[in-house]
Amino acid sequence: MTAFVVAWLTVREAARRRLFIALLLITAAAVTLTAWGFAQVRDALPPGTLTSDVERQLIYAQLLILVTFMFSFVLALSAVFIAAPIVAGELESGIALALLARPVRRVEYLVGRWLGVAALVFGYAVGAGVAELVVVRLITGYAPPSPVPAIGYLCAEALVLLTLALALSTRLSAITAGVIGVAIFGLAWIGGIVGGIGVALDEPGISRVGEISRLLLPTDGLWRGVAYHLEPTPLLLAAQGAGPAAAAFPFFAAEPPSTPYLAWCAGWVVLVLGLAIVSFRRREI
Amino acid sequence: MTGTSVGSKDPDRPSAPQASPGGDPSAIETRGLVKRYGRTVALDGLTMSVPRGEVFGFLGPNGAGKTTAIKVLLGLTAPTSGGAWVLGRPAGDLVARRRTGYLPEMFRYQAWLTGREVLGVHCRLIGLPRSEWDSEIRATLEGAGIADRGGDRVAGYSKGMQQRLGLAVALLGRPDVIFLDEPTSALDPVGRLEMRPILRALRDRGATVFLNSHMLSEVEQVCDRVAILERGRVAFMGPLAELLEERLVRLRMTGLGDTARAILGRFGRVAEESGWIEVRGCDPARIPDLVAELVAAGARVHAVEPRQTSLEERFRALVAGGDR
Repeated sequence: MTAFVVAWLTVREAARRRLFIALLLITAAAVTLTAWGFAQVRDALPPGTLTSDVERQLIYAQLLILVTFMFSFVLALSAVFIAAPIVAGELESGIALALLARPVRRVEYLVGRWLGVAALVFGYAVGAGVAELVVVRLITGYAPPSPVPAIGYLCAEALVLLTLALALSTRLSAITAGVIGVAIFGLAWIGGIVGGIGVALDEPGISRVGEISRLLLPTDGLWRGVAYHLEPTPLLLAAQGAGPAAAAFPFFAAEPPSTPYLAWCAGWVVLVLGLAIVSFRRREI
Repeated sequence: MTGTSVGSKDPDRPSAPQASPGGDPSAIETRGLVKRYGRTVALDGLTMSVPRGEVFGFLGPNGAGKTTAIKVLLGLTAPTSGGAWVLGRPAGDLVARRRTGYLPEMFRYQAWLTGREVLGVHCRLIGLPRSEWDSEIRATLEGAGIADRGGDRVAGYSKGMQQRLGLAVALLGRPDVIFLDEPTSALDPVGRLEMRPILRALRDRGATVFLNSHMLSEVEQVCDRVAILERGRVAFMGPLAELLEERLVRLRMTGLGDTARAILGRFGRVAEESGWIEVRGCDPARIPDLVAELVAAGARVHAVEPRQTSLEERFRALVAGGDR
C-alpha cells in the first residue's frame, strides 16, 4: 500500500540523514549522565531500615519522574521538528512534484508521512525509555510500578504533537510550522500549570484554563498519565493525601487520565489528521 | 462538459469522469481551461488538443501559463474552471497518472538516496511488478546517460545529472504521455543533442511527448506540432511546418522612397530589422521581380537574402511584449 511505501521512505530518510545516530548518541549521553546522578544519590543515602527503603523509593521515583519530564520535553520537540519539515520541506524544495504526479492519493502520501514520523518517534520513546529504566534499575534496584503504560503515554503525547506539526506543515513553511507547534506546546504546558494552581486554590475560573488547554492540546493531560504510572504506592498516597494542592505541582498526578479523556485524545488525533488531509488535498502544488 | 472542472478542488477526486469530447480520446485535451491565482490569471480559456504519438511543443514567454497548464493536467493544481483530460480521463485521474511520466522544471529528488533507489521508489509508486524493476531501472538510467552513476547518492550529482535522473524517472514504466518541462535547461550542448533521439524514439513507439521549452532551436528539431501560449491563451497551434512555412526575403537597400515602399508592400508584409528590410510572405519565385521593380523605382539594392522564418522569429512575431 502506498502509505506504507511513503512511511518506509520517511524512516529511510531519517536513517540516511543520520537522525538515528544523533538520537542514539544523545540518548547514550543522557542515560549515562542520569546513571551517574542516580549512583551519586544512591551512595549518599543511608542503607538499612524499612523507613529508609521507603524514603529511597520516594526519592528515586521523584528523580525518575523529573528525568522523564525532561525527556518528554525533548521527545515533544523532536516530534515537532521531525514532522514540521516532512511535508513542507518537500513542497518547498520541489521534491513533492515528481512524487505527487505519480498515481498516489494525497491522503496516502500524508498518512504515510504520519506513520513514518510516528514510527520514528515511538521508536525513540521506547528505546530511550527502556534504556533509562534499565539503567536506573541496575544502579538503584528501583523500578517504577507501571513502566509500560508510562511509555505508552509518552508515545501518545508525542503523537499529538507530531500530528499537529504535520497538519501545520500542509499550509505553512517548515520553520513556521515548527515554531508554532513548539509555541502551542509551551502554552498548553503553562495552561496545565495554571489550571493546577486554580484547582489548588479552589478557583474554578482559573482551573478551567487547565481544563480547556488539556482539551485543545492534550499533551499536558497525557503527561499526567506518564507521571501517574511512574508513581510508586507511597508517592501516590502522598499525592492523594496532599489533596487539591498536589494538582498545582506538574510532576504529581493523583489519578490517571479518565477513559473519556483518553477517548477525547484519540478523537483529537483523528480530527487533526483529518483536517490535515483535507488541507493537503486542496493544497496547490 | 467537464473533466477536472468547476467546483472540483480535490486533485485526487476530479468531477465525474467523462470521455473527452470527440470520441477517440486524444493524449491531452483542454477546453476553456481557466486558472486564477487571486487576481492573476494564469490560464485564460486554454483550449488545445494533442493527438497521440507525437512530440508536441508548448511554447510561450515567461508567465504565459505553461507550467500551470502542465500542473493542471497532472492534477497538481485544480483549475478555476474549464475541462482537462489526459488519455481520455479527467486530469488528475489516478489511472491516467499511472500511464504518465513527468520531468518538472524544478527537478529535485531525494538527495539521501542513490539514483537507483530514487527510481526504485517510483517503480513502487507506479506499481511496476518487482521482477521488472531491475531491467526498467537499468534501461532508464542508460537512456538518460547516467548508468555509471546510478549507485551514487543524488546529493553528489551535478545539476545536469539530476535533470537526467529526472528524465529517467519520467520514462519509467514506458508511459504513454510524458510531460517534460524545460528538460534541457541544465544540460550542456552535448546533452541537449542527446535529448533529440530520445524524444524521437518515444514518438516512434507511440508515446506522446508534451515538451515545454524555451530552447526554440531544440523544439524546431524534434516537435511535430506546437502551441504558442500568450497570456494564458493559445496564440497559435498547429504543425511546426505550418508555423515555419512563411517565407521572407531580406534586403539591404538605400534610396528607399515612397514609391519603393509601396512596391515592397505589394509583395508582402514589410518590417525593418537592424538595417535590413524584411518582406514576409514573399513568394521566392517573385524575388527577381521585386528587385527589378525596386531598381526601376530608383532604389539601390545592396543585398538580397531569401530565408525561411525561424521558430524564434515566428515566436517573437506572435508573442507581444516579450518577458514579463
